Formats: sequence, structure tokens, C-alpha cells
Amino acid sequence: MEINKKILMPSKETRQERFGRTLSFISISAIVVLVALILYFIISKGISTFTDNHVNLWDFISRQDWSPSTIGKDGKPEVGALPMIVTSFSVTFLSALLATPFAIAAGIYMTVIGPKKSRGFLQTVIELLVGIPSVVYGFIGLTIIVPIVRTLFGGTGFGILSATLVLFVMVLPTITSLTVDSLNAVPKHLSEASLALGATRWQTIYKVILRSATPGILTAIIFGMARAFGEALAVQMVIGNAILMPKNLITPSSTLTSQLTTGIGNTVMGTLGNNALWSLALVLLLMSLFFNILVKLIGKRGKF
Amino acid sequence: MKNYNLNQQYVRDFAVENAIEAHHVNVSYGEHQSIFDVSLSFPRFKVTAMIGASGSGKSTFLRSINRMNDNVATVDGDIMYRDVNINDDKINVYELRKHIGMVFQRPNPFAKSIRENITFALKKHGIKDKKELDQRVETSLKEAALWDEVKDKLDESALSLSGGQAQRLCIARAIAMKPDVLLLDEPASALDPISTSKIEDTLNRLKEKYTIIIVTHNMQQASRMSDYTAFFHQGHLIEFNKTSHIFTRPKMQATEDYISGNFG
Amino acid sequence: MNPKVVNKIATGVIYGLVILVVAILAALIGYILVTGVPHISWHFLTSPAQSFLAGGGIRDQLFNSIYLLVLTLIISFPIALGAGIYLAEYAPKNWFTEIIKTTIEVLSSLPSVVVGLFCYLLFVVQMRMGFSILSGAIALTFFNLPLLTRNIETSLESVSSLQREAGLSLGLSQWKTITGIILPAAVPGIITGIILSAGRVFGEAAALIYTAGQSAPFVDYTNWNIFSDTSFLNPLRPAETLAVHIWKVNSEGITPDANAISSGSSAVLIIVILLFNIFAHWIGNRLYKKMTSSK
Repeated sequence: MEINKKILMPSKETRQERFGRTLSFISISAIVVLVALILYFIISKGISTFTDNHVNLWDFISRQDWSPSTIGKDGKPEVGALPMIVTSFSVTFLSALLATPFAIAAGIYMTVIGPKKSRGFLQTVIELLVGIPSVVYGFIGLTIIVPIVRTLFGGTGFGILSATLVLFVMVLPTITSLTVDSLNAVPKHLSEASLALGATRWQTIYKVILRSATPGILTAIIFGMARAFGEALAVQMVIGNAILMPKNLITPSSTLTSQLTTGIGNTVMGTLGNNALWSLALVLLLMSLFFNILVKLIGKRGKF
Repeated sequence: MKNYNLNQQYVRDFAVENAIEAHHVNVSYGEHQSIFDVSLSFPRFKVTAMIGASGSGKSTFLRSINRMNDNVATVDGDIMYRDVNINDDKINVYELRKHIGMVFQRPNPFAKSIRENITFALKKHGIKDKKELDQRVETSLKEAALWDEVKDKLDESALSLSGGQAQRLCIARAIAMKPDVLLLDEPASALDPISTSKIEDTLNRLKEKYTIIIVTHNMQQASRMSDYTAFFHQGHLIEFNKTSHIFTRPKMQATEDYISGNFG
Repeated sequence: MNPKVVNKIATGVIYGLVILVVAILAALIGYILVTGVPHISWHFLTSPAQSFLAGGGIRDQLFNSIYLLVLTLIISFPIALGAGIYLAEYAPKNWFTEIIKTTIEVLSSLPSVVVGLFCYLLFVVQMRMGFSILSGAIALTFFNLPLLTRNIETSLESVSSLQREAGLSLGLSQWKTITGIILPAAVPGIITGIILSAGRVFGEAAALIYTAGQSAPFVDYTNWNIFSDTSFLNPLRPAETLAVHIWKVNSEGITPDANAISSGSSAVLIIVILLFNIFAHWIGNRLYKKMTSSK
């Protein structure tokens, strides 16, 4: 056939291209649809406590008694999720607070002050910490941390303190690796200029490098908090699983995730007890979305 | 940089058969326009060089000829090839590129064996016969003057070749497709002088069988190799003439300044 | 205070914290190996678990973990491959692509317990798949997809755009350029990513408790009929994995030697994951070398 006819007609390549584009688009759409399904199911199940069982939303987030199968003094079922919400936030903030100095120190070591070889070594250490499964962390928490806390502070050893210590190790690699990324992103000429002006290394790190890496480090901390907030089994194994308002750091208590883990199997689908658990899952989902939005906002603003 | 009147040009029309004729071509990357109303014809079975400073738009113009600017830039105007306007949405670009081949500035062999670099596209285009494939590998490597250097290691990785060898492999890969027109985008600019002269020898031999359009910023190369030369400046075609005329009696001030090195 | 003194103190503090981090890891790994490895024996690896007696093994749990991992990869890899190709090669720069990318970020940051519960609701209950390997594999797919997709996307993007131009200039379709040229060049990175994600999948438990279930019923390792209830290959049977087993023996506390079993199982988990890590780096380097240099 003449070339000038051929280039006007579709060929095998045209069909391949259409096929390939369609196939890859179907794959990506599948993921988007799956996420939409998750959001839809969790949200619709999660709000049934309020729409079907007519639990007051304010009661749900402000009351302290959780016993969905019993009717309280006011004639309403007791679905106060406050103890779990408070405990979840406590372990999240405390573990992030504890891990951040370590993460920043490790980050500075890996980007500024450490010798080349040991930087790589620390990198491997961090990667290995990521790789340890959460049940193993939970098991170690149960066999080492809980007894130590019990010996040092009395009580059962189960509680927020033990959970915080376990989560600290779990979120440390997350925060560290993202901190390293943001420290690496600081332009070299900034620190060189500072050193050339006679600042000490620490002044340079503190006033120049850390300052310009602040948004990145904040993002790192938020990712760490998101991981801590959503962690289920490791926390469930050391928190004590008593749905009580935490009085201090060493009494047994319960997080949203731990209550979900233990509760779903013991309630009947469709009952208030079950719906209330789905509402806890909804809180988890919303917090996860909130952390995402926070990261986006920090990314947009860039600098504080 | 001196300011030249970009709307003045000297474009000679030759009464020869043209392989490609571009009419009023404009190219822009988003808001930024980089080719302004260029009309230029490329004579068949001749070597046409496009010269100009970097940023003059010569590479952009070259890439429009086989639609490599699709998804990158907007190209307006007519580009006629065998009486078809190939700058049209309805054109089958894959088929077009089989006939208008291209060699790029940086050698880009596939991470495959030397043989597969040449046969990969041929197989995909439906040539299954082993003999035919072997034949094409040998012929194209010989045409690209690479055969003697690689005939004993056809199944080794092409990434083990030197820069000059890799570029000749890319030329062989392009001509194994038996194209009509060969576009070369500064094919020797990333290479050492010895490799460059080998590439030039190769191209000199190829011009009997192909219409060759070569972009270069090396004026000696243009004057040594080409029959016709087009000079581009800031996205405008300034002068087009026989190479001998361009380099001895340029008509435009900008051309004269450029080839004599008084530019900018 | 003198800046030089502050500098010294700060450096000291940083070194101290770093040493502490390394010490924590060393203590963790050391503890698991020291307490766990003595419990690992041929008997431990090859006998079934016991609920109320001491001396149970982890044969079924170990097999379930591996089978679940294989199924998960079979389901998640093709989807992640397609999605990764779309994002790296086809996705235009517009709001729609931004939404897709955000969606994947959201999926990757969802707590695994939420993903597990969703799969419990949709697949186990509504679609009547029950507690099964298949439900578990779907849950793990959700967990694995964002990681794998991003890995494939970055592996493809790291291949030079010169290769894409080369393919297109020869008249190949973009799809053939991707599958025939770009993808093979990205294989080392993709393989490394798959193995690393396999390590994470292997240790995951929260998403499995209510999907793959917490029981390991009797299975017959000679029954190759995948539709038979007792076949080890039946994807619709419940299957407790090694990670879930550790959680269960600890939280139920009815097995007399729960501690020994957990230590042994933890050690097995850690060793497998370490091997995955080492293997991933080794094969990545090897494939890379093989592809880029001559023999």
C-alpha cells in the first residue's frame, strides 16, 4: 500500500495504544473506586448509631460511659466514646512527643554530622525498625515493657505509658526517614554561608538547617501521629482494654483501635453495640483524613 | 545580543522535488511561542542542515516533522509529506514515524542486546522471519559503519558500547526501519571528535538513499555535510539557501554574523 | 553561654540519642532472637498448633502466611502495575490526576484495622465469603496497593525519557514502548519493591483478624483439590496467619506455653522479614548489574 494511504489509516499500534490506555485506566479507576467504597461503607455504617439508633452525637463524643447494651439513668443507652478518644489522642501525642527528639537527632546525624559509613548503618537500622511487624512490637511490649512499668510504677503495668513506649519505637522510623528527606532538601549553600560567617556547627544546624526544614519535620511528625493513631494490635496488647477514662498513665484503658479489635467479634451485626463500634471506626477514618489534610496544608504553605 | 529584524528573511525556492514542505508552522509550549511562521521545504535525497544558536527553535522544528512534539507542544500549520498534511489529528503517528525516522542528540540505545536494539521494533512491526531479521541487522550495522566493531558481540548489552558506537547503533536502528526521511537532532554534539568524524562519514554514505535533515550547532559540520542550509534565529527562519551560498555569500546580516562568529 | 560549649553539648546530646536508637534496635532484635531461636525446631515448624496444651507448632500458620502472601501478590500486582503505568506514563497534569494521587495517599494512610473492618463488612459478611484466605488476601491487597503502585510509578519514572523517545521514534505505540522497553528497564526497582512489600504483608495482622479469621482448621496437605474443604489450597477456608497467631495466643492466654510460642513465632517472622530485606537488595543489585553491563 502507498505510504500516504497508510499514514491515514489506523494500524495495529493504534489498537495497542487504545488497549493499553484503557487497561491502565481501569486499574487506576479500580483503586479510586475501592477507596470510595471504603469511605461510603464506613461512613454509612458509622452514622447509623446516630440516624438509626438516635444516639446524640454530642453524647457520643462527650460522655464517659461505654456500655451500649445497657440503658443509662437517663433512659438512653450508654455510648460515651470520650475515654477511648482521650486515650487514643494521649498515646498519639505522647509517643510523637517522645519520638521527635530522637528522630531529629538521628536525622541530623544522618545528614550533617555523622561519618559517611555510619550514616548508612543508621539508615539500615531505621529500615529494620520499619520492618518489624506490629504484633512483634506488641509481644515485646507485653513481655518487657509492661513488667518494667509494673515494677517501677506499680499497678498492673498496662496503660497509656506502656502503649506510648511501644508506639514510640514504632513511629520513630516513620518520623526519622521523613525528617531526613526534609533535612536533605535544605540547600547546601545556606549552611555553607552560615559556617563561613563563623557560626558554630550547632548554630548552623539550629538556626539555619532546622529552621528551613521545619515544615518538612512537622509533616514527618504528623505522619508519625497518623501511624500511632491507627495502630491497633500492638496497642491493644499493652493498653489493658478497660473502657475507663484514663486517670493517669499507668491505669488500664482503651483506645479506639483496641476497642474495635476486641469488640467487633463480640457484637451482633445491626445492633446498637455493633453500630457504635462502627462509629468508632468512623472517628478513626475522619482522623486519618484530617491528618492527610493537615499534611497538604503544610505542604501548600511551605513555610511558617 | 544584537537586534535583528526577525521579519526579514531570504528563503530561496529551488525547483526540485521536495520530501517535506512545511507551510506557516508555529509551535508553542503553553504560553511561550518558540517557532514563528516558518515555511521551509526539504529537497528529496539531499542533506539539509538547520543551524542556529541554542534556543533558536531548530530542534523544536525538527521534532514537529515526525510528531515528537505531540503532548509536549502545540504545533500549528501544514507539514506536507507525500501530499498528506502530517500535522493533522487524524494522522496515524506510529505509521508516520516508521517512514520518518529520528536520531537524538544523546545516544539512547535500549537496555537490551545490540541485536535486539535493532530487531525489537522490527518484530513489533510484524517481521518474524529470522533470516530477514538477521539480514536487516547486518545491513543496517554495515550502513552505520558499526558492523566490524560489533559483529562478534551482537548478543551483548548495548549499554557496553562507547558513546560513538552507541550513537551509530541508534542510526543503524533507525535505518533498519527502511525509512524515507531521517531526522538527526545534533547527533554528534555529545561525542568526542573521533566519534564525530565517524558519524559524519556514516551520514555521508547514507545520503544517497535517504532524505536527511540534520540539526547542528557545529558550522563546519553543516558546511562539510549538507547540500542546503537553513539558519534559524529566535524561532524565525532567517535564511535558506544552498550550503555553499550560505557559507560564502550570506544574504542576511544575522546569518553573516552567526557564521563569522560575531554573534551575541 | 559560649557558643562553642553549646556546640559541644548539642553534639554530645545528638550522639547520645543516636546511640540510644541503635541500642533499642539491637535490644529488640537481640531479645527476639535470643528468646525465640531456642524454640525453633523442626517439630515447631512442622506440627499443628495446640489450643490448650503445650508443645504446639506453627505449621499451618506458617503455610497460611505464605499462601496468603502469594494470593495477595497475585491480586495486587496486576492492578498496581496498571495503576503505576497510568500514573507514570499516561496521567495528564490536571485536577483529575491530583484527585487520583490524593486518593492513593488516603488509602496508604488508612489504619489497617479500618481497612480490615471494611473488608469484613463487604466481603466476609455481605458477599458471604466468610472468614477466608480470599477475604484476607483482598484486605491485604488494599493495604499493599498504594505501596506497590507508588513503587512501580517511581521505578518507571526513573527510566530515562530518552528511552521513551527512542521507542516512539521507531513507530512503536506508547504502550509497546512502555511494556517492551521501559518496564524491562524498571524491573530491578520493581522486584525490590515487591519483596519489601511482601515483608510488610507477611507481618500484617490487624487487617486479617476479621477477614482471614483467627482459626486454623485441619487441612490436608495431600489434597490438591482446591474446592475441597480440607484442601490446603482452598482459598475459601479460614486461615490464621503467623502474625495473627502471635496476637491470639497472647490476648486469649489459654495456651500454657503462649510465651514460648510467641517468642518462637516472632523470631520466625523477624527472620523471614530480614531475609526478604536482604534478598530484595541482593536481587535488585544483581538484576541491575546484569542489565547494564556486558557479560
